[in-house]
Amino acid sequence: MYNWDFYTVFQSFDLFWHGLLTTFLYTIGSIGFGIVIGLVTAFARLSKWRLLRGAARTYQEVFRCTPLLVQIMWAYYALPMLLGISIPNWIAGLATLSLYVGSFYGEIFRGGINAIDKGQREAAMAVGMSGGQAMRHIIMPQAVKKMLPAFINQSVIQVKNTSLLYAISIAELTYMTYIVNSETYRPLESYSIAAIMYFAMLFPLTQFADYFERRMRRSD
Amino acid sequence: MTTPSILSVRALTKSYGELEVLKGIDLDITPGEVIAIIGPSGSGKSTFIRCLNMMEVPTSGSFQFRGSHVLPEFKDKAGALGAGTLRRKVGMCFQHFNLFPHLTVLDNVTKGPMVVLKESQVEAEAHARALLAKVGLADKENYYPSKLSGGQKQRVAIARSLAMRPDVMLFDEVTSALDPELVSEVLQVVRDLAEGGMTMVLVTHEMAFAADVADRVIFIDNGVIAEQGPPQEVMHSPQSERLQQFLQRFHA
Repeated sequence: MYNWDFYTVFQSFDLFWHGLLTTFLYTIGSIGFGIVIGLVTAFARLSKWRLLRGAARTYQEVFRCTPLLVQIMWAYYALPMLLGISIPNWIAGLATLSLYVGSFYGEIFRGGINAIDKGQREAAMAVGMSGGQAMRHIIMPQAVKKMLPAFINQSVIQVKNTSLLYAISIAELTYMTYIVNSETYRPLESYSIAAIMYFAMLFPLTQFADYFERRMRRSD
Repeated sequence: MTTPSILSVRALTKSYGELEVLKGIDLDITPGEVIAIIGPSGSGKSTFIRCLNMMEVPTSGSFQFRGSHVLPEFKDKAGALGAGTLRRKVGMCFQHFNLFPHLTVLDNVTKGPMVVLKESQVEAEAHARALLAKVGLADKENYYPSKLSGGQKQRVAIARSLAMRPDVMLFDEVTSALDPELVSEVLQVVRDLAEGGMTMVLVTHEMAFAADVADRVIFIDNGVIAEQGPPQEVMHSPQSERLQQFLQRFHA
C-alpha cells in the first residue's frame, strides 16, 4: 500500500503557485498575440492579393505541420545559431507559442467568416456600406458566434501546450512540478497536484464552451 | 428627350471569363418609371439588375446615374460616382431577403442610415418606425428575423432599403422564395411604392403583377433586350416567337 505524503510536497506550495502563475501569464500572453496574428492571417488569406494569401498559407502550414516542442527547441537553440545572437528563453517561448496558436486561430477565424452567407455582405453593400463597414457591423458579429466554440477549444489546448516550455527551463507549472519532484522524490503527489491545478483551470472553460454551444443552438 | 433619365445604360456587357451573359444593353429609366424585367432563367435579367447598383461590375459599356458616370473606367471624369455612393441612392431587395439575423427588425432598418449616413439613433429609429408602419410591421420592431414569416422578412428588407431614402429601388425576384399565400402582402408594398412615385426596376415572374404595376415591360433573352414596351403590348401582342413561347408557359 502506497503511503501518501502530501505534507512534504505542500512544503513547496509556493513553487507550484509560482508555476501556476507563470503558466497563466504565458497562456494569456500567447492567446493575446495569437488573436492578433490569427486575425491578420485570416484577412490575408481572404485577401484578393495572391502573394499575401500565399505568405499567410505558408506560415500556417509550417506551424501547423511541425510539433510545437520542435518549434520551441528550434527557436531557442537553433535560431540563435542562424542569427548569431542569443534569444532569452521567455521570448523564444512566448513567440513560438503565439505563432503556433495564431496559425490555428487564423483558420478558425477564416472559417467563421466564410461560414457567413455571402448575401449578408451583399445586403450590407446594398445599403451603401464599404467592405470594411460590412465586415465590422454585419459579418464579424455573426462570425464571432460561429467561431467561439472552436476558439475556446483551441485555447484549452493552448493552456496545456504551455507545459512544453519546461524544455527550455521556463518556470511554468510543469517545470516547477519537475523541480518539486526532484527535491522531494514524491512523483505521485507532485504530478497529481499539477494535474489537479491544470484541471481546475480548464474545466470551467470547457463547461462554458458547452453552455455557450447549447445556448447558440437555441437561438438559431 | 423630354425628361432627363435617372439611370442610363449604353451597350452594357457582362462576361464571366468566356461566358458573355449580357451582350449589349441600352436602357434609359426616367424618374417615377416602373420597369418590369421578364425573361427565361439564365437570360441575364438578374445579372442586369445587379449591374444597376454595381453588385456586379459590368465588363464594358457605359452607365450613368443622373448624368454621372459610375463605371470604374470613367472614375476620373468630373462628377463620377463610386459604387458606394451609387448604392446609397439605388436600393436593392433580394430574393432571399438577406436580413441581418443578429439584429432586431428595428436595428436591421436603422443600421445602414447610422453607419453610412451617420444619422443619430433617435433620427434613424423615428424614420425606421415610420417605414415599418408603412409596410405593416410596426408591432414587430423588437423581433429577430428568425421569428418572422417570409413575407414579413421581405417587407422588413424593403423598409431597410427605403431607410436610405433611395431615388431608385431594384427588386430582384423578391417574391420567388415566398410561399404562394405570402406573395400578395409583398406585392402590395411594392404597389404602394409605385403609386407613391418611386422609380423602380423589378425582375419578376409575377406576370399579372408586372402587367398591372409596370409602365414598361422589358423582355430579356439571351443577354439582350429582345422586346420592350407598355405591358399591354408586350404581354398581349408579343412580336417575337421567343416571347410568345415564354408567355405561353405562364398562361398554361
